[in-house]
This record gives sequence, structure tokens and C-alpha cells, in this order.
Amino acid sequence: MDLNDTPEQAAYRAEVRAWLGQNASHAPSTRGRGDEDAAVAAHRAWQRRLAEAGYVGVTWPAEHGGQGKGPLHQVVVNQEIARAGVPGILDAIGVGMLGPTIIAHGSDEQKQRYLAPMLHGDEVWCQLFSEPAAGSDLAGIQTRARQEDDGSWRLSGQKVWTTNAQFAAFGLLLARTDPDAHKHKGLTMFVVPMDADGVTIRPLRQISGEPEFNEVFFDDVRLEPGSEVGPVNGGWGVALTTLMFERLTIGAGSEGMGYRADRFAAAIASDPVAAKDPEVRARFGELATELLALRFTGYRLLTAISRGQIPGPEAGMGKITAVNGAIAAGDLIADVLGPEALDPESEWSYLISFLPGLKSAGGTEEILRNTVGERVLGLPPEPRLDKGIPFSELRAKERQEVAS
Amino acid sequence: MNFDLSDEQVLLREAARDALSRVRTVEAARAALEGGELPDLWPTATQAGWTGLLVDDAHGGAGLGAIDAMLVTAEAGRVLASVPLLGHLPATAILAAGGLDDATLGKLASGELRAAYVPARPGDDLSPAWTAEPRSGRRRAPAPQVARGDEGLATVDGTVSWVPDAVGADVLVVVGVEGGAPVAVALGPDAEGVSVEAAAGVYDATRPLGHVTLENACGRVLAAGEDALRRAWHLAHALIAAESLGAVEECLQRSVAYAKERYTFGRPIGSYQAIKHALTEVLRRQENTRSLLYYAGWAYDSQPSEFAAAASAARAAGGAALDFAARELISVHGGIGATWEHDAPLFFRRAQLSRRLLGGTGDAVDRLAGELLGGATPIAA
Repeated sequence: MDLNDTPEQAAYRAEVRAWLGQNASHAPSTRGRGDEDAAVAAHRAWQRRLAEAGYVGVTWPAEHGGQGKGPLHQVVVNQEIARAGVPGILDAIGVGMLGPTIIAHGSDEQKQRYLAPMLHGDEVWCQLFSEPAAGSDLAGIQTRARQEDDGSWRLSGQKVWTTNAQFAAFGLLLARTDPDAHKHKGLTMFVVPMDADGVTIRPLRQISGEPEFNEVFFDDVRLEPGSEVGPVNGGWGVALTTLMFERLTIGAGSEGMGYRADRFAAAIASDPVAAKDPEVRARFGELATELLALRFTGYRLLTAISRGQIPGPEAGMGKITAVNGAIAAGDLIADVLGPEALDPESEWSYLISFLPGLKSAGGTEEILRNTVGERVLGLPPEPRLDKGIPFSELRAKERQEVAS
Repeated sequence: MNFDLSDEQVLLREAARDALSRVRTVEAARAALEGGELPDLWPTATQAGWTGLLVDDAHGGAGLGAIDAMLVTAEAGRVLASVPLLGHLPATAILAAGGLDDATLGKLASGELRAAYVPARPGDDLSPAWTAEPRSGRRRAPAPQVARGDEGLATVDGTVSWVPDAVGADVLVVVGVEGGAPVAVALGPDAEGVSVEAAAGVYDATRPLGHVTLENACGRVLAAGEDALRRAWHLAHALIAAESLGAVEECLQRSVAYAKERYTFGRPIGSYQAIKHALTEVLRRQENTRSLLYYAGWAYDSQPSEFAAAASAARAAGGAALDFAARELISVHGGIGATWEHDAPLFFRRAQLSRRLLGGTGDAVDRLAGELLGGATPIAA
């Protein structure tokens, strides 16, 4: 067991660290609340600077502007960025998940057109998968795309939980193209220009008061012929690729959320009475156990990734540990500090407000446990009432049941 | 970055599993509850070389580390095998620092002699005092008092209760204090003033425990310093955690198998979320324990300043995981899981007793909190 870099990784780390040392002064502040346009512009410029140095899309193939390196090199970049106390790239979703999806399934034209501006932050992307009535059961989406005689598409529906939609140039959108097929079969992935006529973006404020997400409405939006990514009615397979890269992104950044035992320890230890209080120690010891386990499970995951393995569904358990450990930490810190912890200016106030939503983000705890139970433990699935039924009939049946 | 077992470690684990599979240890565990004799697994341990795992090869040992020791105890835990390594391995880790003659150390490495660790809990951020296991209650007992005499000898006075594998050991490695500072003394069980009483009515019959009483007992002062004696305590915690991990894996495997074949209302119970989610929680705790054991194994060799925190976290996670897993094993099986004939109670008994040994898991939780809150463990970035 060895947590040290290989000589090659160490050399790369030194190079990244040196570059960050020279360029960190150009980085925007990590916690900017003020003017959003200015903050986005500054963050965009920072991504461009990182991209020009070769530190964005580290794992992308060289032909698409990447560095063609392994995922552990990306981890080194992430770690050094965190260590320098500067923000990462603006479009982590695009570069981490959507770009790789286009590389895997897109046409040559799409790769030529979209990848370079994505890498440099000139065009930010958003992910348009979840809907108000389809989250855990993603294949139940209802946003509809109909093909016209000229090969163009007409898109109508609603997406939700869309990060960065308010300044994104494009979205990768999953739509239903054949309602008479079974629910996983009639889906197609599209590239959608976010400035098209009929696209409406509304911020969705969270418990903290900050709009972390958007909801996006599509009212008869016209998509050019050739907007589909991958085969028509083959969108589910494309979506699975995106979700695989999501796991990889989360796996490679499992410490990136900042839910670390030592950080919470510092907050509690600042109160010397709390640090000696048996109840505080018992609660803190329990949650520190969880967060340390998260950290070292992350190292096991990185080891697997470095050997070319793709994280399986069990990687989702880390999210459960992280969220629940952090919830316990926020709760304990609020008990120790009292109402001051909930002051809007307190870093703990934001953490405490943010976590209930995170529990559902990227897979709810319940759906993650279903997936792990079935795919890792091999337990039988819940009986399903949607198998072998055309989606249109399924929806009609659901409406009928609700009405009766 | 390579946070995984080496090929040699995987082989060690497989060999341990194979060696223990030749004895029907789970059946023996039940028979022992009814007064039967436990199979003697010491020959298995000596043939496999487990007895010298932590002794350097110049003294006939394997010169391996904590992670290797944990892999072996995990396999013992999986099948509830009563191999007296929890007493022997921390004792040899102390003895390896010197103080006994080479021939005796060689015999301990080869398994010709068996040692038992008579533990003392190191002081922490709240109190510097070293303490011993009390017979009952929350108040810790004072660690045995050591008085050094001539020629490397010392007399020891004190009582340590619930000592794993003390009965029948050839060498007792007692951690005591002299003037508040910890010191280890090796004693023969037959020396004057040494009494090792087998604990009666032990809840987990696979876990022989003894009460050690020392009255002006004479032994040999060992070379191990405070750091080594702290490490021994935390090593014992890590070994208990590893045993728990093996038992958790067995509980989970049995629970999953039954959840697939038992039907209610026309479908296997494992298809219900209530069952499925509980079993994923066993899996989550199992893998967290494994990660923390790797952490402890890595820290033992590469980051000694974090070993106390790592081993304590592993103990906390492993103890809670086995309690949870054993209860789920019973629940998944329904009423039959709580009957004497079923194996589930054997794992349950293991879980309940193990969680209370050497300060208990609650003490490990508090230790971890103290290490982090007191700043004693600067967790490396």
C-alpha cells in the first residue's frame, strides 16, 4: 500500500503546482456572491487559462484538444487546484461528463464544432436529463421531440435541476422520440442551443436562498437536422455513458466536496469545553469514522480507476456516506455553536441548508440502495409494472389510476 | 497511489481461508457453548507461519506488518475460529522491540511458545493515566504497578480483567506503569504471584478470556518504549476490527443468500426495499471497515502518527458493522434466526462480546475524537 505518487506522477504534480503558483493570482475568488455576470466572466477566463496550459480535459484524447492522460493525472490536477485554494473550471459538468459523451457517441461534425469551445470555457454546457416527474426513474421522461419532414426536430417539455443553464450555450438533452415504444427504447439524445426561440430558463432557489439550479422550459423549440447525438431511439445507451462519466467524476473527486473530518474537528475544537464533552466526542467520533472511511474508500476507488477500471454502482455508497456524515457534522456544529452557526454569513449555515437537497442529487439514497442491492449484492428487483408496455399506454394507465 | 492489497497479501488471505476451512469451526463454536472442547488451531497457526507474522526474519518470523496480521484475523473471524492471535500478535509486536533472549523470541515466532498481551490503555488528551480493564463498570482499573529491580528484572502488582487468550499462554506480556510511565514486563504464568483465572460463562465460547492477577510477581523488563506500547493497544483494536470484518462478510453472504430464496407474498424477500436497503447498509459498513483497516495497515508502516486514529476508527466501524450485520442476519431469517439451532446467534454472540473488549468500541470512538479534536493526529492531506 502506497499513497505516494509514482515518479512520473510526482513530476506532473510538481509541474501543475508550479504553474498554479505562477497563475493563481488570475483565479477568481472561490466564494463570490455579488454580480453573477462578472463572476462567470472571471471564472470563464480562468478555465481558458487552465485549458491553454493543458489542465482541462486532461483525460480527453489529444485529437479533441485533451492531453490523453490517465484519470489519475486529472486527480492530481484536482488535488493541486484544491491545495492552491483556487476554483476549478467553470464547466466541470461539460468537460467531465457531456464532452466525453459526445466523444463516445457524437458525429465527427459535432466533435469538430463543440469540443474545443467547451474545453476553453467559451461555450458552457448543461445537462438536461431530469424532469419534474422523472428523476430516479429517468427513463420516464416526457419531454417530446418530433421529427419534421426536413429532418429538423420540434421539442416541447420541461427539465429541472439544471446547473449552469442560465449562462450555458448548449445543453445535452434526453427526449422521447417514440412514445409507442417501451420506455427505454423510444429515447434520443440531442444537442440544444440554449438561446433558441422557445427556451425559457428560470432560477430555482434552494433552502439556502441561493439559486443552485434552474428549471428549463421548451416550447416548440426547433432543432436543426443532425442535432441528435447517437442513434435515434438509442438515447438510453447514450445517457448511460453520461452517467458512467458522472460516477467517474464523482469518484475522482470524492474528497472535493470538502466534507473532511479534520475541517469539522477544527470548528468543534475551537470551543475547548465542547472538545472535552463526552456527548460531543461520541457524536464527533462516530461521524469522523464515517468521513475517514469515505476518504480511504476514495483511495481504493482511485486505485481501481488507475488500473483502468470504471467505478461500478457501489461507488454510489460513497455519496450516502458523505451526505449523511456531513449532515451529522453540520448538526453537531450547530449544537456546539448555537444559533450563531445558522447566521447567513456562517459557512455552516450554507452547509446545513445545502445538504438536504444533496441527499437527492445524483441519485437519491433510496435509488442508490436499490441499484447497489440489485447490481452488487444480486438481490432480486422490485416487481415492475412498466415492463413490456409502450410508454404511451403506461402514462395512460398512470393517469387512470390517479383519477380513480 | 496504490491503496490495495499486494499479490502476496491476497495469497496470504487465500491461504488463511483455505487452512481454516479444514476445520468445522462454526459447528465447534456451537458445541463449545454446550461445553464441548474447542479445536486446537494453534498447530494451524504455526504451520501457516501466523505466529511469527510480526517478528523479524532474523528471529524466525515473517517480518510482515499490521495489514498482514489483520488479513489473517479477518479470516479467523469469518468462520468464528478460535485462534489465539489476539493475545499473541500484539505481545510479539512488543517483544520484537527487545528484552527477551533471541532463543525465546525464536520459539515465540515459530509457535513453540505462545504469548498473551495483557493490555493497558494508553493515556489520551483528557488524562495521561494508563489504565487496565476493570472486572465491571465504567471506572477503569489502574494499570499494574511495576517496580524495577536488578539485572533487568521487575516486580509487578495489579489486576487486569477480560484478557484474551491469557489462559494457557507461555509468556504474559504485561503492560504496567512505573512512576506513571508505561513499561512492559514478560512473566511466566507459573511464576510466583502470577494467577490466570479462566473467565467463567463467557458469552462467546470461541473467545477464551482470563483474569490476570499479579502479586509481587517477578518478570523481565522489556525494551519496548511508550510508542511501542501505544501501538500494541491500537494494534489489538485493529485486529478485533479485522475479525469483525470477516464475520460481517459471512453474515452478509448468508443474509443475501436467504433473502433470494425465501418468498413472501409471491416474491423473494430480498426484492423488498426494506430488506434490500438494510443489506446494502451492511455492505456499506463492511466496505467502510475494510477501507479503515487498510488505512490502519498503511499508517502502521508509513504514517505512525496516524495509527491511533486509524485503528480507533477501524474498531469503531467494525464493531458497529458486526453488531448491525448480526442483527440483520437474525432479522432476515425471522424467528428461526434467533433459535439455538441457527448459526446467526453465534455471530451475534461474537458481536456482543467483541464490542466490549479492550475498552470497547465506545472507547475507540472517544479516542478518535480526542485524536482529532486534541490535534494529536494531524491527518495528512
